[in-house]
Amino acid sequence: VAPPSGKTEVPQAAPVAVFKLTADFRDDKDPNKVNLGVGAYRTDEGQPWVLPVVRKVEKIIADDHSLNHEYLPILGLPEFRSSSSKIALGEDSPAILENRVGAVQCLGGTGALKIGAEFLHRWHNGQDNTKTPVYVSAPTWENHNAVFANAGFEDVRPYKYWDAEKRGLDLSGFLSDLESAPEHSIFVLHACAHNPTGTDPSQDEWKQVAEVMKRRNLFVFFDSAYQGFASGCLDKDAWAVRYFVSQGFEIFCAQSFSKNFGLYNERVGNLTIVAKDNENLTRVLSQMEKIVRITWSNPPSQGARLVSITLNDPELFAEWKDNVKTMADRVLLMRAQLKAKLQALGTPGTWEHITEQIGMFSFTGLNPQQVQYMVKQKHIYLMASGRINMCGLTTKNIDYVAESIHEAVTTVQ
Amino acid sequence: MNCKIGFYIVKEYLSWWSEVQMGPPDPILGVTEAFKRDTNPKKINLGVGAYRDDQGKPYVLNCVRKAEAQIATKKLDKEYLTIGGLAEFNKACAQLALGPDNEVLKSGRSITVQTISGTGSLRVGANFLSRFHTVAKDVYLPKPSWGNHTPIFRDAGMQLKAYSYYDPKTCGFDFKGALDDILKIPEKSVIMLHACAHNPTGVDPRPEQWKEISALVKKRNLLVFFDMAYQGFASGDIDRDAWAVRYFIEQGHNVVLSQSFAKNMGLYGERVGGFTVVCKDAEEAKRVESQLKILIRPIYSNPPMNGARIASTILNTPELYKEWLVEVKDMATRIIRMREELVGNLKKEGSTLNWQHVTDQIGMFCFTGLKPDQVERLTKEFSVYMTKDGRISMAGVTSGNVGYLAHGIHTVTK
Repeated sequence: VAPPSGKTEVPQAAPVAVFKLTADFRDDKDPNKVNLGVGAYRTDEGQPWVLPVVRKVEKIIADDHSLNHEYLPILGLPEFRSSSSKIALGEDSPAILENRVGAVQCLGGTGALKIGAEFLHRWHNGQDNTKTPVYVSAPTWENHNAVFANAGFEDVRPYKYWDAEKRGLDLSGFLSDLESAPEHSIFVLHACAHNPTGTDPSQDEWKQVAEVMKRRNLFVFFDSAYQGFASGCLDKDAWAVRYFVSQGFEIFCAQSFSKNFGLYNERVGNLTIVAKDNENLTRVLSQMEKIVRITWSNPPSQGARLVSITLNDPELFAEWKDNVKTMADRVLLMRAQLKAKLQALGTPGTWEHITEQIGMFSFTGLNPQQVQYMVKQKHIYLMASGRINMCGLTTKNIDYVAESIHEAVTTVQ
Repeated sequence: MNCKIGFYIVKEYLSWWSEVQMGPPDPILGVTEAFKRDTNPKKINLGVGAYRDDQGKPYVLNCVRKAEAQIATKKLDKEYLTIGGLAEFNKACAQLALGPDNEVLKSGRSITVQTISGTGSLRVGANFLSRFHTVAKDVYLPKPSWGNHTPIFRDAGMQLKAYSYYDPKTCGFDFKGALDDILKIPEKSVIMLHACAHNPTGVDPRPEQWKEISALVKKRNLLVFFDMAYQGFASGDIDRDAWAVRYFIEQGHNVVLSQSFAKNMGLYGERVGGFTVVCKDAEEAKRVESQLKILIRPIYSNPPMNGARIASTILNTPELYKEWLVEVKDMATRIIRMREELVGNLKKEGSTLNWQHVTDQIGMFCFTGLKPDQVERLTKEFSVYMTKDGRISMAGVTSGNVGYLAHGIHTVTK
């Protein structure tokens, strides 16, 4: 007779919504089905796209028999860390030249947020930040909340961001939440291509945010998962991060190479740290090592090698930027076409936000019932929030999607 | 403008992190760092927990190279894995540990998730127990245990306790001490067992001893957490190395198990591992799986593909699997041979001490019995690098350096 497992109290957990959506899509037999759920790039044939530069560099790695599978250092591959930080901050960043930028190679953007959150919990404002408020945008990527909560932050709160009525940024709400936030609060800012709304502050709006954050002594934690992917230009998409650094902020920036390198499953991420000076940076990195050691010991090597080789070779780097532009341009094209079709159909409401929003996602404004209609009746899979992944649109399905949105808006309240 | 300048001047002196303390260097990494700085051509690094061939070089397994070549031809995409990882890997990983005909696998009453090697597996396991094994907060580690066990469990919110394990007088297993201590462990506590090739001592219980431990653990109603980081690497035989895990399950313990493929497949930096929970039935396994996903998502969302794909290809392709078994045996055999050569050379040096534990111990590590001051001398005078506890990685010993090593050890112990 087996001893009691002690696990009879384990309740069934609800599945993670975005992955359930994809699973449901996969099981759907309808020939017209469309997946506008999980945030991964698709070609116009609706297929995943391994970047040509990635295939090239994979071969370079495979042919290099001097490479082995030894452990990376705890903080990751040094060439990867430094070149990734340069991507975020610009290679001529004064902060880099002043030797006060460091990084931790992490497992994707999630891993970078995790390590950053764990560090902040231990060291941010005193040694116990359980009660320190962490602000995430309303709405935000659904995993932000869990990352910070699991790192021990009990007070994860929303800051006003999305104005559903005007389908744009609620700047005054955002600024007022910044003003009223307790000092030392941590703010998670989306560097560009806000997920899920696709709505970014303008440069002038960022300046206003920065001014309040500096005055109110708030901590800046950027989440940068779409650099290059948003506008097609790496530097343009990094403007906000670089502006804050130029204003003297010490920041964390969680970078993901899942989307802009298409390396989703190799878990390539980088936590860039900008400190006041090298001395502070050194102490911070030493504590980051301790956190990494009890989480995953050291990070996976393949993806970091791929990115590092690409970023450090001028020709490969140029080819990569070109691949990124290809993806960004297709998204922009789908945005333009979707808006045009909805306008042509005379679908009620304004659809400017489709082309004003930026990046992979669009917050359509469809309500939960309309979303249900789309999923159940039209076999078009999108998040309950009304978020669609523009990459799921193709020249072949865009008419069907536009017509379905039209039906949903006109027949479902 | 003036007040802005003043403001910036004040801010100039304030870093968010001025109170952050300098963390101590990692005890094992620090060894390698010091080794790197040493210019002595005869230097030996015995801190490294990574296999080296007889030239002292890292070894990429042939079956790994073949698997990589095979994978490359498939031109697979890079889409996200599910939170639980690559299904073919998980299945093969569990089969490797439990044996393909295991009743547990046939009945579907276990769940295996892909993890970030052994550390990631232990971390997920610790988090899982902390959240769901609420009846007890204590984890009992063998004394000594892998240095990273303690901070992992502590950070997950568990309390660390210990049971006797290593007998420094014999450099062997303190069987009686272990049983005495296990007898006192409060019911339902978690007990950590190293499945084989105990780290750091290299001292494993014999089968008859495992049997008694199993009976006692059952009597005390303890939850067993197996850490198996060296399957195949210890004796050279993967079934033999998994014997304890399989025996315990057979005896009715619903164990949790961490596996690593860092050493036995040489996939260190690819971070390949698994975490398994043996449940009472398939329904419970489904509930446990759902909760493991909830735990994993806010750490890293989903695991890395490359290493798991390599491991899965090897485990699931008969010719590659056969080749792997041979290569693992070769690695284990080289280690065993180095143990014998070290003892032989110590005798040749004229050492009259008892070095039997060097060949009795098993796996990558050897607890030499050297005291800290002897270790220090060995490092300072001979440039032999090892951890302060006297542990050496036999993987760093080669036919080229074993004579020199024996000479050094003899010099500091005679």
